[in-house]
Amino acid sequence: MKNLSLFAVVAACALATSSFAQAPIEVRLKNHRFTPNVIKVKANQPSMIMLFNDDDTADEFDSSSLKIEKVVAGHNKGAIRVRALAPGKYPFMGEYHAATAQGMVIAE
Amino acid sequence: MISALIIVFREVIEAGLIVGIVLAATAGVPHRSRAVTFGVGAGVLGACVVAAFAGELAGLFQGSGQELFNATILLLAVSMLTWHNVWMASHGREMARELKAAGHKVKTGERTLLALSVVVGVAVLREGSEVVLFLYGIAAQGGTSASGMVVGGGLGLLAGAAVSALMYFGLLTIPAGKLFQVTSGLITLLAAGMAAQAVIFLQNGGWLEYFTATVWDTSWLIKEDSITGRLLHTLVGYSQAPNGAQLIAYAATILLIVILMRMVPQGGQTRPQSAPKAHNA
Repeated sequence: MKNLSLFAVVAACALATSSFAQAPIEVRLKNHRFTPNVIKVKANQPSMIMLFNDDDTADEFDSSSLKIEKVVAGHNKGAIRVRALAPGKYPFMGEYHAATAQGMVIAE
Repeated sequence: MISALIIVFREVIEAGLIVGIVLAATAGVPHRSRAVTFGVGAGVLGACVVAAFAGELAGLFQGSGQELFNATILLLAVSMLTWHNVWMASHGREMARELKAAGHKVKTGERTLLALSVVVGVAVLREGSEVVLFLYGIAAQGGTSASGMVVGGGLGLLAGAAVSALMYFGLLTIPAGKLFQVTSGLITLLAAGMAAQAVIFLQNGGWLEYFTATVWDTSWLIKEDSITGRLLHTLVGYSQAPNGAQLIAYAATILLIVILMRMVPQGGQTRPQSAPKAHNA
């Protein structure tokens, strides 16, 4: 049991390091729209989105399916960790401007 | 205007339900409205500060300052809710007895008012900072939408407060003897849900990397984004696709609170001052 949990920790650390080894995916928010608004990631592998908010005001990267709520202030950036995802589509939005700020992560 | 109404309503409900439960849990305790008002006031003030320094906060801890902050205040609320429940389990019977004796001043329960005002403060702070950032964003765009924002925001606030009041008065219709059990149960689930939410923030901040696989998915039944989903999320910590760590935190919190509530001596024997009173009775 102890060995198993130790293995789990080591495996998790290895996974964590591998996720940092990858360059973050750059996404920009301008005029309350995401570019790109479709983000492709590899399934079953954690990834990182670097969100640059080019607007004057803050917005919140919000996705219940990704389990992420992250406020990014105006003219600022935010690192968003995306957990390892099963293949599928995961919509997200800028909660404060949901009419235009819509996007989707596709894991494949 | 509609977007302001919806977002304010949503956030006010999420904080308001917690305030409603706290108010019902402290029914009959003197000075409780002062404690709750203090909690709400501190929460609003804190929300403005958090909103104003959102950029600076996010920049801390290699970009994970926001996640750490959220996890910390949630866990603070969890410990305060736990303390309240354990204290009430110890003093609940004494309190019920004193409540029945007409004119008898209820002293117990005042002690955990501070804990509950912290909980109220945390709830208002979390939801409030989102409202402030959102409304500020609309205001900054200026001009035509500003008046609509005030109307929408005001209506959202009223509607949210009305639903919260409904929750409170609904709970008060429960007979006094049962009310304690119901509010204890609600507070336990509230704490468990907050603990699970704190785990998500720790995961998103990169501090908790194991048991992240989804255990089950009920998004086909209730979407977390729907009104029902949001209410259940606030009240009992509903998650449409919980992962292992979330479930462990949820179950562990319930287990911890139940065990602590069973373990404490009943009747408030922890305070020597209350002993003479027992002789009088």
